[in-house]
Amino acid sequence: MPVIRDVMPAFELFQPTSIADTLGLLDRHENSWIMAGGLDSFDWLKDRIKRPEVVIDLGGVAELRGIREADGGVEIGANTTLTEVAGHPVVKDKFKLLAEAAGIVASPQIRNQGSLGGNVAQDTRCHYYRAGWPCYRAGGNICYADTPTAVNREHAILEADRCVAVSPSDTAPALIALDAQMVVRNGDGERVIPARDFFIGPWLDITRMTMLERGDLLVSIRIPGTFAGKPHYFEKVRDRQVWDFPLVNVASTMPTNGNTIEDARIVIGGVAARPLRLVAVEDAIRGRARNEETANLAAEIATQGAAPLRHNAYKIPLMQNLVKRAIRGEGQWTS
Amino acid sequence: MAQTPQPPAPGTPGTPAPGTPAPGTAPAPGTSAQALGTPPPPAQVFPPVDPSKFKLIGQNYQTQDLMAKVTGKARYAEDYRAEGMLFCKLMLSPRPHARILSIDASRALAMPGVHAVLTADDLPAPPPPAGPPPAAGSVPSAAAAGGVAPTAPQQQAANAQRAANAPAAGPGAVGAPGTPPSAAAVPPAQQTPQTPPIPGEFALAKEAMYEGEPILAVAADSEELAAAAIEAIRVTFAPLDFVIDPLDGLRPGGPNGRTEGNVFVGGEVKTIKWTAAQFDELAAGRFPQDAEHGDLTSWGNVEQGFKEADLIVEHIHYQQSTVHQPLETRSAMAYWQNGKLYLHGSTQSVARTVAAVAGWVGIPQKDVVIISEYTGGGFGSKIPGAQTMAIPALLSKKLNGRPVMMRITREEETYIGRTRPGFQAWAKMGFKKDGRVTAVDTFIIEDSGPYRRQGDNAQAANLSTLLYTAPNARFRGLSVATNTPPRTSQRAPGGLQSAILFEPLVNKAAKQLGLDQVEIRKINAPVNGSTFGLNPPAQANRPRPKITSSYLKEALDRGAALFNWEERKQRNGQRIGTKVTGVAVSQSTFTAGSTGVDGLFVIKPDGKMYIHQGIGNLGTHSVIDTARVIAEVLEFPWEQCVVVWGNTSQGVAWSSIQAGSQTTHAHTRANYAAAMAGKKTLQELAAAEMGGNADAYRVGGSGVSGPGGSLTWAQAAERAIARGGKFDGHEVPADLNAMTKASAAALAGLGVMGVARDGYPRDGQTYGFVAGFAEVEVDVETGVYRVVDYVGVADVGTVVNPRSLAAQIFGGAIQGMSHVRSQKMVYDTHYGVAIGKRMYQNKPPTILDQSVDMKWEAVNIPDPGNPVVGAKGIGEPGIGVGGAVVLCALANAIGDDLLKRTPVQPEHIVTALREGRVTYEPLTAYI
Repeated sequence: MPVIRDVMPAFELFQPTSIADTLGLLDRHENSWIMAGGLDSFDWLKDRIKRPEVVIDLGGVAELRGIREADGGVEIGANTTLTEVAGHPVVKDKFKLLAEAAGIVASPQIRNQGSLGGNVAQDTRCHYYRAGWPCYRAGGNICYADTPTAVNREHAILEADRCVAVSPSDTAPALIALDAQMVVRNGDGERVIPARDFFIGPWLDITRMTMLERGDLLVSIRIPGTFAGKPHYFEKVRDRQVWDFPLVNVASTMPTNGNTIEDARIVIGGVAARPLRLVAVEDAIRGRARNEETANLAAEIATQGAAPLRHNAYKIPLMQNLVKRAIRGEGQWTS
Repeated sequence: MAQTPQPPAPGTPGTPAPGTPAPGTAPAPGTSAQALGTPPPPAQVFPPVDPSKFKLIGQNYQTQDLMAKVTGKARYAEDYRAEGMLFCKLMLSPRPHARILSIDASRALAMPGVHAVLTADDLPAPPPPAGPPPAAGSVPSAAAAGGVAPTAPQQQAANAQRAANAPAAGPGAVGAPGTPPSAAAVPPAQQTPQTPPIPGEFALAKEAMYEGEPILAVAADSEELAAAAIEAIRVTFAPLDFVIDPLDGLRPGGPNGRTEGNVFVGGEVKTIKWTAAQFDELAAGRFPQDAEHGDLTSWGNVEQGFKEADLIVEHIHYQQSTVHQPLETRSAMAYWQNGKLYLHGSTQSVARTVAAVAGWVGIPQKDVVIISEYTGGGFGSKIPGAQTMAIPALLSKKLNGRPVMMRITREEETYIGRTRPGFQAWAKMGFKKDGRVTAVDTFIIEDSGPYRRQGDNAQAANLSTLLYTAPNARFRGLSVATNTPPRTSQRAPGGLQSAILFEPLVNKAAKQLGLDQVEIRKINAPVNGSTFGLNPPAQANRPRPKITSSYLKEALDRGAALFNWEERKQRNGQRIGTKVTGVAVSQSTFTAGSTGVDGLFVIKPDGKMYIHQGIGNLGTHSVIDTARVIAEVLEFPWEQCVVVWGNTSQGVAWSSIQAGSQTTHAHTRANYAAAMAGKKTLQELAAAEMGGNADAYRVGGSGVSGPGGSLTWAQAAERAIARGGKFDGHEVPADLNAMTKASAAALAGLGVMGVARDGYPRDGQTYGFVAGFAEVEVDVETGVYRVVDYVGVADVGTVVNPRSLAAQIFGGAIQGMSHVRSQKMVYDTHYGVAIGKRMYQNKPPTILDQSVDMKWEAVNIPDPGNPVVGAKGIGEPGIGVGGAVVLCALANAIGDDLLKRTPVQPEHIVTALREGRVTYEPLTAYI
C-alpha cells in the first residue's frame, strides 16, 4: 500500500466524563485508543500508523485531573497538565524534583496541553519506529537503528535487547527517584504499581514501554512523603533547550546527614528502554561522603556494561558526568 | 491609513474591479529597458544623501498589514475557500531513486467523491532549455546571471537572486522567471549549447529522484478521502542506485545519484570517483589535495600567496544541509474562470510569479492571476512561488475549473520545501604577521541534491575574497548529485556557509599571531570600491567587479564599543565551576541590491495615493517600507496612502524578486523615480491649470501650490482625469516593463499617475555587511552551551525602517546561530530515506532558545550606489555572522580544532574535551 502521512483518518470519537465510562468504552471497543493531551497520539494518528476505530478523549474526565495532598505526599491525576504539576505549590515545595522535571518537558505550549500521565506512558521516539518501519517494536523482526549504517545517536547504551529505543520521558526518572506509585484501573479493578516496575524493557514485552496493557487506564500517580523536601537533583541534556527530548537526563533524591549520604535514588533516562534506577550506584554511595571522590566512584559504576552503538558512545561520559553532578548536587557546579 | 487590499472573492473572479488591467495585455516580465531600445537616461549629478533630512524614511511606524496579521484577519493561501472546492493530496515517492513503471488508479477513481488523478503525463511540456546552469566561479560575476537550468522558473529565480548584482545582465533582464536571460550575460566559454540539457524537475515525477518527491495527486471531496484514494493506487517502481552522503558517491565503485553520473560540472552530469588512497587520506583527517574537482576558479597566485604568509591555518569542516522550513507551507488553491487561472499561492515575489506559474501550467502569462497577500516566510524557497502550485491548477483545469485546494503538510514541506546544500569542505588561509590575508584556498564538496548544481560552494569562496580582500585565492569544487530534496537558494546561499567556514580560521589566526580579533578583521575589510571574485582559468584576467560601498570597519568599531569588546575579550576561557566563557567577533556579507525595476502610483479624486507594488509580502515589511519613499518625496500625508499589493489583477508594478536582499535597494530607487515623475506631472498639471512656470509650483502637504493658486490632491486628480494624456496615465514612459505598462493602462484615467523605471546610475555591485559580537557559556561536562548575548551592527546604507531592520539583524543572526546549534536533516544512508521529518527532529530554532539580551545598531551611512535614498538590503548579510560568531566563541571557550562540524551538538564538546581530539565522525553527512 502506498504510504501517505500527516493526514488523520476518520475514527469514532468518545468523550467520556467519568473513569467508569472510560473503562466501559475500553471494554466495548477492542480497537480503541486512549488520548490524554494528544501529543503522542496525534503523531501516530496523523501518520496513519496506528489506526484505531475509536478514540477515547480523556479531556472531559474531571476525576483524572488535579493534585491532592495525601499522607504526607501527593496524588496527581493522570491527566493533570505538566504546567499544573510544575507550578503547583505543594509539588514545588515538597517534590521540587518533579516540578523541575515537568517544567522542562518540551515547550510551554506542549506542557500546557500534555499531561503527566501522557508523559510517563508515551511511546518511544526512535525515529525508525515512529516513521512506521516494521521493526521488532512494531511487530517485525529487525532493529533498523542497530545496524552499521543506522543513525543512532539518540539510542540505548544499556539493556538493549533486539530493540535499542530509549525512554523519552523527563518525569519518569523523577517519579522513580521519588518512589512514586502508579494507580492503574481496568474492568477487573485497581492495582498499584511502583514506578520503578511500571517501566519495562524489551525483554519483557518489546512492543510496550510500560506495564499498561489493553484495557488499562492510568488514573493517578501517588508520591509518598518519603523524600519530601529532601535534597534532589534533576538535569536534562538536549540539543535545543526548548522543545526537545533528552539525550540523557538524571533525577536523584539523596537524603543526607551532614555530608554523609543516608540514602539515594539515582535514575537515568535516555540510555535504555526504561529509565534506569542505578541501584548498584546507590548501594555504593550509601554511607559515603557527598564529595568528588564519591562522585567519581559512582560515575565509574554507573556505566558498567554499557554497549554503545556507532553514534552514541558519547552517552557514556555524558551519563557519568550527570551521575557525578547528581552526587555533587545543585549549586555545586553552576556558575 | 490604508486598508488591507481585498482580492476578489473566489467564485467571482471574472468581475475585476474598475481599473484592473486587462490580463490579455499582460506583459512579458523580464523585458528590460535596453531590450525595448530605450536610451539610458542622461547623466545626473546627485548630492550626497542625508538621512537626517528624511521625514518618513528612517522612522518607525505601523505597517499596514500588521493589524491583519495580529488579529488573524490576514488570509494566507490556505485560508481561502470557494464554492465546490475540492481538496487534493499528493502521493510521494517512498524510494530515493526509482523509475515509475506503471500507475493503476482505477480503484481510487472508482471511489465515490474522488474526482481526478494527476500524473506527470498530465504536465505541460517544459519550455526549451535556455542555457547551461551557472558555472563555477561565475558568482557574483556576470556569468551567474546567464545560468538557467531547464528546470526553469524556480531555478532561474534562484540564479537571479545570486545575480542581483550582475552588471552585464542589464536591469530588468536578470533571471526573469520563464524568460530566457540575456545570452550575452554568459561568457562564451561557459556557453555549451551543444550539451543536451540535464533532465530537470517537474511538479510530478516520472523518475523519482528522492524519497518524498511527488509522483501523483488526487482530487476528492475531502483530504481524508483523497488520502484514502492514494492508498488505493498501485504504483510499480524500478529501483535505481542512489546516493545520500556525497562522499559515498565519490567512493571508488560507489553508486551514482543520477543515471547520467554523480557530479554536476557546468551544464553536464559527469562521473568522478576518488581513489581509495584519497579516501584513506580523508579518513586520516587530511583533505586529499590531489582529488579530482569539477570546478576551478582563482585570482592571483595562491601558491605565491602562501609563500608570502607568516602563518598558515587550515581545517576540514562539515556543514549540514537544512530545509528552508518557512512557517507557512507551500499550500495553493486554484480555479479557472473565463479561461484564466486564479491561483492563491504562497510566494516571495508576486510580480515575478506570473511567468513562473504560466510556465509550470503551460499557459500564456496573460491568463494568470496571482493572489498572495500574505506569505509566511520563504527564505528563498518560494522566490517565484513553488512548482507544485501547478498541481491544483492543473487538477482544476482537468475538472473544468472547479476549485482545488492543496494544503501542504509539514512532512510534505520537509520534502518539497527546498534545502540549503551542505558542505564537506577544506579551507586554508595565509596571513602576514600584521594579520593581512595573503591567500585563501578551498576545496568544497557541495551536496547538490538530485537536479542541478546549486553553486553555494563557489559563492562561499567568492565571498571570502570580498570579506578578506584576499589578493590570492583559489576555489576547487565538486557539486555531487544526491538523492535528497532539491536544493535552492536559502537566505544568503553560500554566504552563511562562507562565514562558518572561514571565520573560525581568522579567529584561530588572530590568536596565533597575537592580534586583536577586531583588528585582524579591520585590516582585511573591504572599503568602497574594493574588487573581489574568482575567475575560471580561461578568463583568469577578467576584470573583477567592485562594490559600491563597505563600512564594515565602522560597523566593527561600533560593535566593539557596544559590546564592550576590549574588556570582555579578557574573559575568554574563564572557567567557573564547569562553565567556560567564550567571546568572539565575526562578520558576514551578502548581495544587497539590484536596479532597473518600476514604481507606480495613482492619486485619486478621493485624495488618497494608491501605491501599486509588485513586491511580495513575505514578512520583511519591504512591500510597505519602500512605498513610503513616494510619500517622502511628494511630502504626501502617509495616512492617506494606500499600498496595493498581493493581487496581480489589481495592477502591480514590475518588481525585483524578493530575494538576494534586492528589494529595499531596488524599490526605494524605483519608487523614488516614480515619485519624481509624479511630482513633475503634478507641477506641469498645476501650470497647465493655473498658469505660470511648472517649476514654480511646490508639491507637498495638502497638494500642489504656486504662483497661479493651489490644487488639493483630490482636485489635482480630477483635473488630471479631465486632461488625460500624460497626466492620468494614458501616456507612460516607453522604458517601462510591459507588466507595468499593462497595469498603468488599466489604471489610466483614475487620477494623477506617477510611473517610472529606475534609471539611476550605480557604479559597482551592492553588498551589505554585518559585524557581530557574542558571548557563549559552555558546560564542559554536558556539552550544553548557551548564547549569553549578541550585538549586531549593520552596514546597510540608509536605515529605512528601524524596526524592520532590527528584525532582520536579529532574525538573520538567530537563523545563523540555529545552523550552528541545532538545525539539521537526518537520513538513513542505507535505505536512502529521511528519518527526521518533524520539527522536533530537525530542530529549527525556537524563540525561547535565544538570548534575551540582543542589541543592534546600523552605521546608517548612505550607500553611494543608491544615490537617491542610500539604502541597501539586509535580509541576508546578517545570517552568516550569527553562526560564525557562535562557532568562534565556542572555539575560544574550549579550544581550536575540536569543532569540525555543524550543528555543534553536546556530544561533540563532551567527547572532544574528554579525549582532547575529535572522535566523532567529522564529515559524515546527515547524522
